[in-house]
Amino acid sequence: MNVNQSAPPVPPFGQPQPVYPGYHQSSYGGQPGPAAPPTSYGTYNGPGPGYQQTPPLGMSRAPPSTGAPPTSTAQAPCGQAAYGQLGQGDIQNGPSSSTVPTQRLPGSQPFGSPLAPAVSQPAALQHYGPPPTSAQVTAQLAGMQISGAMAPAPPSAGLGYGPPTLLASASGSFSNSGPYGSYPQGQAPPVSQAQGHPGVQPPQRSAPPLASNFTSPTSGGPRMPSMTGSLPPGQGFGAPPMSQPNHVSSPPQALPPGTQMTGPQGPPPPMHSLQQPGYQLQQNGSFGPGRGPQPNYGTPYSGAPTFGSQPGPPQPLPPKRLDPDAIPSPIQVIEDDRNNRGSEPFVTGVRGQVPPLVTTNFLVKDQGNASPRYIRCTSYNIPCTSDMAKQAQVPLAAVIKPLAKLPPEEASPYVVDHGESGPLRCNRCKAYMCPFMQFIEGGRRFQCCFCSCVNDVPPQYFQHLDHTGRRVDAYDRPELSLGSYEFLATVDYCKNNKFPSPPAFIFMIDVSYNAIRTGLVRLLCEELKSLLDYLPREGGAEESAIHVGFVTYNKVLHFYNVKSSLAQPQMMVVSDVADMFVPLLDGFLVNVNESRAVITSLLDQIPEIFADTRETETVFAPVIQAGMEALKAAECAGKLFLFHTSLPIAEAPGKLKNRDDRKLINTDKEKTLFQPQTGVYQTLAKECVAQGCCVDLFLFPNQYVDVATLSVVPQLTGGSVYKYACFQVENDQERFLSDLRRDVQKIVGFDAVMRVRTSTGIRAVDFFGAFYMSNTTDVELAGLDANKTVTVEFKHDDRLNEESGALLQCALLYTSCAGQRRLRIHNLALNCCTQLADLYRNCETDTLINYMAKFAYRGVLNSPVKTVRDTLITQCAQILACYRKNCASPSSAGQLILPECMKLLPVYLNCVLKSDVLQPGAEVTTDDRAYVRQLVTSMDVAETNVFFYPRLLPLTKSPIESTTEPPAVRASEERLSNGDIYLLENGLNLFLWVGASVQQGVVQSLFNVPSFSQITTGLSVLPILDNPLSKKVRGLIDSLRAQRARYMKLTVVKQEDKLEMLFKNFLVEDKSLSGGESYVDFLCHMHKEIRQLLS
Amino acid sequence: MMTTYLEFIQQNEERDGVRFSWNLWPSSRLEATRMVVPLACLLTPLKERLDLPPVQYEPVFCSRPTCKAALNPLCQVDYQAKLWACNFCFQRNQFPPAYAGISEVNQPAELMPQFSTIEYVVQRGPQAPLIFLYVVDTCLEEDDLQALKESLQMSLSLLPPEALVGLITFGRMVQVHELSCEGISKSYVFRGTKDLTAKQIQDMLGLSKPAMPMQQARPAQPQAHPFVSSSFLQPVHKIDMTLTDLLGELQRDPWPVTQGKRPLRSTGVALSIAVGLLEGTFPNTGARIMLFTGGPPTQGPGMVVGDELKVPIRSWHDIEKDNARFMKKATKHYETLAHRTASNGHCIDIYACALDQTGLLEMKCCTNLTGGHMVMGDSFNTSLFKQTFQRIFSKDFNGDFRMAFGATLEVKTSRELKVAGAIGPCVSLNVKGPCVSENELGVGGTSQWKICSLDPTSTLGIYFEVINQHNAPIPQGSRGAIQFVTQYQHSSTQKRIRVTTIARNWADVQSQLQLIEAAFDQEAAAVLMARLGVFRAESEEGPDVLRWLDRQLIRLCQKFGQYTKEDPTSFRLSDAFSLYPQFMFHLRRSPFLQVFNNSPDESSYYRHHFARQDLTQSLIMIQPILYSYSFHGPPEPVLLDSSSILADRILLMDTFFQIVIYLGETISQWQKAGYQNMPQYENFKHLLQAPLDDAQEILQARFPMPRYVHTEHGGSQARFLLSKVNPSQTHNNLYAWGQETGAPILTDDVSLQVFMDHLKKLAVSSAS
Repeated sequence: MNVNQSAPPVPPFGQPQPVYPGYHQSSYGGQPGPAAPPTSYGTYNGPGPGYQQTPPLGMSRAPPSTGAPPTSTAQAPCGQAAYGQLGQGDIQNGPSSSTVPTQRLPGSQPFGSPLAPAVSQPAALQHYGPPPTSAQVTAQLAGMQISGAMAPAPPSAGLGYGPPTLLASASGSFSNSGPYGSYPQGQAPPVSQAQGHPGVQPPQRSAPPLASNFTSPTSGGPRMPSMTGSLPPGQGFGAPPMSQPNHVSSPPQALPPGTQMTGPQGPPPPMHSLQQPGYQLQQNGSFGPGRGPQPNYGTPYSGAPTFGSQPGPPQPLPPKRLDPDAIPSPIQVIEDDRNNRGSEPFVTGVRGQVPPLVTTNFLVKDQGNASPRYIRCTSYNIPCTSDMAKQAQVPLAAVIKPLAKLPPEEASPYVVDHGESGPLRCNRCKAYMCPFMQFIEGGRRFQCCFCSCVNDVPPQYFQHLDHTGRRVDAYDRPELSLGSYEFLATVDYCKNNKFPSPPAFIFMIDVSYNAIRTGLVRLLCEELKSLLDYLPREGGAEESAIHVGFVTYNKVLHFYNVKSSLAQPQMMVVSDVADMFVPLLDGFLVNVNESRAVITSLLDQIPEIFADTRETETVFAPVIQAGMEALKAAECAGKLFLFHTSLPIAEAPGKLKNRDDRKLINTDKEKTLFQPQTGVYQTLAKECVAQGCCVDLFLFPNQYVDVATLSVVPQLTGGSVYKYACFQVENDQERFLSDLRRDVQKIVGFDAVMRVRTSTGIRAVDFFGAFYMSNTTDVELAGLDANKTVTVEFKHDDRLNEESGALLQCALLYTSCAGQRRLRIHNLALNCCTQLADLYRNCETDTLINYMAKFAYRGVLNSPVKTVRDTLITQCAQILACYRKNCASPSSAGQLILPECMKLLPVYLNCVLKSDVLQPGAEVTTDDRAYVRQLVTSMDVAETNVFFYPRLLPLTKSPIESTTEPPAVRASEERLSNGDIYLLENGLNLFLWVGASVQQGVVQSLFNVPSFSQITTGLSVLPILDNPLSKKVRGLIDSLRAQRARYMKLTVVKQEDKLEMLFKNFLVEDKSLSGGESYVDFLCHMHKEIRQLLS
Repeated sequence: MMTTYLEFIQQNEERDGVRFSWNLWPSSRLEATRMVVPLACLLTPLKERLDLPPVQYEPVFCSRPTCKAALNPLCQVDYQAKLWACNFCFQRNQFPPAYAGISEVNQPAELMPQFSTIEYVVQRGPQAPLIFLYVVDTCLEEDDLQALKESLQMSLSLLPPEALVGLITFGRMVQVHELSCEGISKSYVFRGTKDLTAKQIQDMLGLSKPAMPMQQARPAQPQAHPFVSSSFLQPVHKIDMTLTDLLGELQRDPWPVTQGKRPLRSTGVALSIAVGLLEGTFPNTGARIMLFTGGPPTQGPGMVVGDELKVPIRSWHDIEKDNARFMKKATKHYETLAHRTASNGHCIDIYACALDQTGLLEMKCCTNLTGGHMVMGDSFNTSLFKQTFQRIFSKDFNGDFRMAFGATLEVKTSRELKVAGAIGPCVSLNVKGPCVSENELGVGGTSQWKICSLDPTSTLGIYFEVINQHNAPIPQGSRGAIQFVTQYQHSSTQKRIRVTTIARNWADVQSQLQLIEAAFDQEAAAVLMARLGVFRAESEEGPDVLRWLDRQLIRLCQKFGQYTKEDPTSFRLSDAFSLYPQFMFHLRRSPFLQVFNNSPDESSYYRHHFARQDLTQSLIMIQPILYSYSFHGPPEPVLLDSSSILADRILLMDTFFQIVIYLGETISQWQKAGYQNMPQYENFKHLLQAPLDDAQEILQARFPMPRYVHTEHGGSQARFLLSKVNPSQTHNNLYAWGQETGAPILTDDVSLQVFMDHLKKLAVSSAS
């Protein structure tokens, strides 16, 4: 989006330039065709000089787009002429270029090496650009130039992603001018062009360029866009490749008016004509590029801009309705990133690289920085000063998932054992040895990279340095060469100076009337019998070290002695719930294998013992207290699995009242619904944390249970909450059992303390997630599993240094599930910048959304929801306005220009604003909101991404033989064809939507009924049928479920059915029933806000 | 005369279980006071009477509400009018319709003189089974626990099959076990540190729940007994297997005890829960809470000592220095419990087996106020405990358990008398009435006492006050009367009432002092005075009590001695008083009044038994019996004196708490030489065996089992003997050295001779 054309910024781009090269490679090449890239490069090279000018655009991934825009005018003129021409052609370019050049040089120099390296590591190259090959260099240069030229382009924050695409895009954008022409030709574009053209056709001379633009977009997929079209929606983002067709369709008429989008099409021409080529173009660029690789945008925009300009100002009204295809499409961005960055491993050796999107499958090679699976940042380039940071309003945050699970291809962190001396640390700031520590004085001392303190190297750790100052054993030691690794902790790191005992799991089962009646207790006991064989174990251990214990409860607690020597288990009832304690020690926590017979007997008998219970009241706090006391008595850490059904109203500490009151919604008191009713649970949680007692809560409510209060302890102890409303064995068994199995089997760290250290200048100031903090720096987690994420926000303390960058070190001290005390260290180096454009070019919108959602979800505890929403909108507007003001090329105020990297910010933010927590629908219960609120708190980036913007997959569009996941479509009703079937998932829910006119054959082979009308609505299981379609769909469902941390229950929804309302709630680009704005409307809203800020 | 009185006394004791200090009563208050030894009696309410089959009907009571005395042989009966006159209040009463056929020749048993004691079986209220609630300490050594478990398992076979049993175990926690034959065993667990009210306990045990909400059908038997049925107390015959298994699986308290610490033992809470459980389920039904503990309570309410081993449990020294920091609080806790238990009609037994003290001092009220047993031993793995415990369940000739529950003893007196109090395993019921004296001796201020548990030997001391004024002489030949009405639950669960009515002649002290002297029962008097002394010792400083006793003795001697003033050598006492000073001498040295060399627990233990045994046993406690075995003749009782310790004798001493067999020096040497194994010295073998057999006989009958000590000259355990005998020869009276007879005792205690000399001197002195 950034697409901005404005050249001014260009200089900044200079830096980016290096990036460009990289981008070029991956990206755009893609568009054109994978093969294309090289060629494109080639071409670029050729144009090289010319490009250089243009390159600036490229810089930002999107650069092209920016570049493009300008081109529009240029394009036409230039035609395919050399890019250079284009760039030059643009007035802007001219100026920008001038600046650019210088910059480039610097840029290149810094990268200096770029030339050489580039080739080997595309990714790396991108940033640093050092590619060795001449070609690359040139490419870089080209990029540089582009950026320079397009000064505005840089803004296309999009670049971040785009890098790869960038090139292409860049080219594309340029192509407007000439490049495109060339690309298109090479590629399929023609078709697209054709399509695009249709709509576009109108365009005049621009048309050709446009065409090219389109093509590019199509090819590139990514869109960038910036939109704007001032009033009109100028967004003309070239619709994503996919959309193209759509665009075509819609655009035809709408477009014209809309101008916005698709800049490429018709509009451009007009634009051109009407407006001054230069600017207009730029504007367009911003829009147009929208998605496509920025370059594309560029072009499209260029076209668009014109539109914008033309239509925009002039025809504000008509634009009212933006063409959805013209605005940045998440689907397109994801697809582009997948195509561009999915194939090459992401090598972490280089500082400040923006990793591929979370939606992209990629491998990571740890070469000194932590994998993005462990840490993702909102920006990989931090402003050097707090003033800059304040200006940009871009939150500086890292989303850390310390125990993230790695794909099998990637090695889990090495465990380093330093023996009795323990891990080597800086004496002053206590940072752990890491690859960034600088060894000096021949290796006898080292300087801390965080606090600069000079420390002695202990004799046993001494090693000589090589000529570059590196220790000669650097590659033999994980802590000197990798971004992530573990240390074995010494006894000093253990509680009470004692090595920990193996942890324990305690299963605490509600056996009140409700739990018995629904069959839950029987189901659970049956499952536990086998599940106990799969307790987490470490490495190749033969049996799990974890001990287990059992408690049942209603308004009193029943502990069980399952000592192996007993013939029968013994039940011990504790009725003193006011002052809970653990009645036994020996025999409560046992080894599963040793006590198997007794445990089995117990699990057989529990449902029988309580079969006739009439007890409906339950307690809750005492149950947790009991588990915690049991662990305390056993002197171990551990986890409680609570299976609970009802609001705890029995007389006991933590007794709750039903205080649900929907009337509070949208009042100042709404926040109380999210706050716990009593402080008991916080106090309890604190004690749990001190004991390393993590609580996982499974809720089976029939009515209000006050999730907000009940989830306090799980939340503060790093546990999870699962909720199965109106649980019925027949319907929910699979989901519950699947969740339970995963929850029990997952690897967990216990009694953990996490500390994030930073190099001088920034400081971790705020933390979000499921944990407890007793001071301002230590994140205490009674338990931590692979899915739990902590979001950390940083603030400036001081000025940062561009040269040394900024370092993060996340150290997690925890007890493994085998009872070993360990330290896991993740290091990450970030760049620092003095130019805002660099910041915008290295952002990650997904991470940003993760942070903003968590920030907002925490905000509702203390502020009215409306305030929270407004804050979000304001912050978003400020971010974008700052970009527009400082990084985008000057353009009409009516134009919406988005940074390439943040072009999805509005759509995603809108999803956050519309979420149940911030804008509940009528059917959303208070418990649901509280539940979701706490779920989101510990989500990682990938989870928030799909949670807020669900994936919608058409099932019958792609050939049945294709084994890959079908390409997603945008979450809007408009995208649904009533002849098709779609799957929608957001990580928690899974819907199968069946269009009303789906072929009977399809219905038959999927549902085993002859017609649409006979499909049972609300079905949760597909019949197992032996036909390719059924197999494929079921396979797809399974694979989707496998990707998510929780089992997603399937709901079959028929078009026009009652249930469809529920489903439509997840079509987040549409206006929601609860009043949430549609994407298009919100974009306009956002634009208005930005304009207000700018004026 | 003497003989007559001895026979009379013995006869009365056998028939009525009563021994009076005076068998002729001084007729005025003033004179009675001057007699020094109060008018009092030892009453054994349930004295075993082989010849007393209970009658199967209700007693007839006087209709005057304030009297309610039972019809007895002393009543005047008008057979014509079918009227009887109460001999206590002179109310004339109509016989009930059932007595329509009454006549001089057709008298109901209660009017016959030989039935001055009579027992009625009455049908009143629901019959409730006996209840035995075991409260078991699990903080024991492994072998101790094992032995205890076996004893408990064995006891199940001794209980009546219908009896209800319950089990509570405790250590750091308290567990109330649910007893049912199916499914997994279940227990309710309580924190050992928290005192709970009866209501809380009942709530937590689910006892207070009205009825199951869904239980709509009315119970089949609406008149079913009103008790809350509870799964914690089940008939033995139903769950003896379960309980046997449960006991078998009982483990030592699993909570770790670190070095230098005592295990955490929640005796206070365990007892509290036991009391609360019975209170909520079976109030006013015969029930025994049997506490088995192997150490002092170390936590929670009722804790006696902290868990730090370096801080020893309180000693008498600490108590005197007011240095026993937990004592008062703990005592209060147990007293509260004891009173609750007593008012519910339940009793608490304490079986404390440990080498160190277990807190009996603080807990004594639990047994003393409820009539429970207190047994102290070194280990549960000793025959002392095992047999004692077994003896609890011994049966009488009818096959009934020798235990009764929930007794109420009511005392009625004729007008010249009032009752001043009682000393024994009872609590006051605070029933005021016309026969209650304002002066209290023992537990007074009431005419009724509750004795929650008693057996055929349980004996109370009951003290009276003559209130007749000196100037209102009683008509010659009239008699004073006292009636004891004991209502109780027999071990067969029947309700019974035993009525004993006795009468004694009044005598004018001025004119009939000789008669009164002759009617003095010095044994009963010694025991009754001792009870008073011991009773005082519980609340007063030891020396004060001794001084009081001395003063009483001196006054008695002054009153009844024959002497010339200021001439000690002239002092004489009549036969009826001759032994009394000696009893007092030994009493002064006894562990009941001397705490030196005894721990507070031991003192409490001794006093407990002293306050409930009958006259014979009490006398043994005051003055142990010593028998001598020799070749010179048959075994003979000898003086409890060091002079009796001779080289060629075997001594058998019975102190009630210990049976000591002591081989004289020569005998011991012979034994070591093995003569008893030589056929030609069979007589020596027999000599050695004789005391063993006799000891066995005593052991068989005694409850609790005495400590059995077999020792010889110079043996370390000879101290048991040496500490008891009168130290007539000590290192102080040198003349004794070198004499062939007797053995010197290394002590500074005065000997009986010295004691008597002083007594005489003081008695004849006109200064006092």
